[in-house]
Amino acid sequence: MTAAANQAPRRPVKIRIHHLIKRFRDLVAIDDVSLEIEEGTFFAIVGPSGCGKTTMLRILGGLETVTSGAVEIADPAPGRPQYSIIFQGDSIFPWMTVWDNAAYGLRMRKAPKAEVDASVSHWLERTGLTRYARLYPHQLSGGMRQRVSIARAFANDPEVLLMDEPFSALDEQNRTILQQELLRIWEVDKKTVVFITHSVDEAVTLADKIMVMTASPGRAKTIIDVTLERPRNVLELRNDPRYGRIVYGIWGHLKDEVEQARL
Amino acid sequence: MTAQESAMRSKEKSSAPETELIDIGEQARLSARRHERIMSFASPLGLLLLWEIAGRLGLNDVRFFPVPSTIIGMMIGMIMSGELIEHVLISLQRIVLGFLLGGIPAILIGITMGISRPVRALIDPLIVATYPIPKSAILPFILLIFGLGEMSKVVMVAIGVFFPVAINSTAGVLQIAPIYLDVGKSFKASRWDIFRTIALPGALPFIMTGIKLGAGLALILIAVAEMVGAKSGLGYMIWSAWETFAVAKMYVGLFTIALIGFGISFLLREVERLVIRWKVDA
Repeated sequence: MTAAANQAPRRPVKIRIHHLIKRFRDLVAIDDVSLEIEEGTFFAIVGPSGCGKTTMLRILGGLETVTSGAVEIADPAPGRPQYSIIFQGDSIFPWMTVWDNAAYGLRMRKAPKAEVDASVSHWLERTGLTRYARLYPHQLSGGMRQRVSIARAFANDPEVLLMDEPFSALDEQNRTILQQELLRIWEVDKKTVVFITHSVDEAVTLADKIMVMTASPGRAKTIIDVTLERPRNVLELRNDPRYGRIVYGIWGHLKDEVEQARL
Repeated sequence: MTAQESAMRSKEKSSAPETELIDIGEQARLSARRHERIMSFASPLGLLLLWEIAGRLGLNDVRFFPVPSTIIGMMIGMIMSGELIEHVLISLQRIVLGFLLGGIPAILIGITMGISRPVRALIDPLIVATYPIPKSAILPFILLIFGLGEMSKVVMVAIGVFFPVAINSTAGVLQIAPIYLDVGKSFKASRWDIFRTIALPGALPFIMTGIKLGAGLALILIAVAEMVGAKSGLGYMIWSAWETFAVAKMYVGLFTIALIGFGISFLLREVERLVIRWKVDA
């Protein structure tokens, strides 16, 4: 009894993927993936390029249909959106100011103006963008633009955040800074996150659980628990021997896949 | 210069809270813009000067090519008498109405074609088939349908404006990076919201190009339409001057149309700068 109680308490399942298959014509992108993600989990998916991880996220985000199987995100509380997506690369609208970009999700769901203003100014503050609110994206650096994208997703206050390699276009310094900021923001209210990345380090740094995918066709190879405690410090983690062991372990799973993908 | 000053002022206002963020390139860009503007006035004035000198030296026949000073004198006289103003106003009215009648549906249809594949498949062949018909060639048809009243002139302008604006609006939407539409969908934007917040602003630089092309066509077509089927307007004025061999008056008409064209393109460039401020070099 006590042993079971010491284990992490089971939380309700937020996202359920059931025998998901996705084919593009003859190409099998995702081959029979089943998965349950509990509420409040930071869930990372890593795999070699072409393993269908972005496709999986796009299916979760309703931007792609399933060939067979099902994906399901638990219904949100009334008045809250189910999910927001943080996209890879530049996705904020160049024709809107930082403020209007951050307000986009709220405005699309017709939130009252007072709520829009409060939420946007809160999230611009949290992402360090307050003084850039009136600028257009072309006046910002790549790192700043991705901050806007993060502010836009969080300001919408969804129950689930879907992130598709959000930092892959950034240089290493910016990536490290934004990873730390994401952790800082996320650790406050711990929304359920699905985070796609090809970087093992990034996955271990950020996630509670990591699913390793096989190369094309994409299958779930294994799921690893990252037991590093929170709050985490991105820099200190790298000096933690447990971090090294987890990264090394994942590479063991990935090695064959990467080589196979190359053939 | 006042437009520029006010543009500068609004820029200052918009960046007031973040005073540390002064753009170093800003001053250089402004002075380059001022230079370009001076040059765009200098070349037509230089040409007029050459013309005047050539006429005075007897290098060309002033019966057919009256010197600019004669034409401008005539022009001032016609402004004083109110005759020129009257023709200008009626032509401008037709141009403006035609712009609205042709331009607004063109933007709506063009953008819808850009967003929706089925709509594009449906309407594109119609545009492709009718676009190459010389617009001046359909004047008799338009007169037949709309008669000799105001409507036929307005419709001619509208037809001229419609094609470049519609075609550019579609092209403008098609060049919008697909990720922005994904963003719209992921935030559950309605069709109307996608139109309003993504397709229209994203296509705006292209739409402005279409409008500028349309403005040129509008001037051509209004002149042609007024020559044939009108009793007022600059086209009519030029045509009746030819018929009575009032050569200087004819040139006044040509000058006036050139000035209007110059004014419209100047205006559109300013509008463009205002509406696509988000572009890197706008």
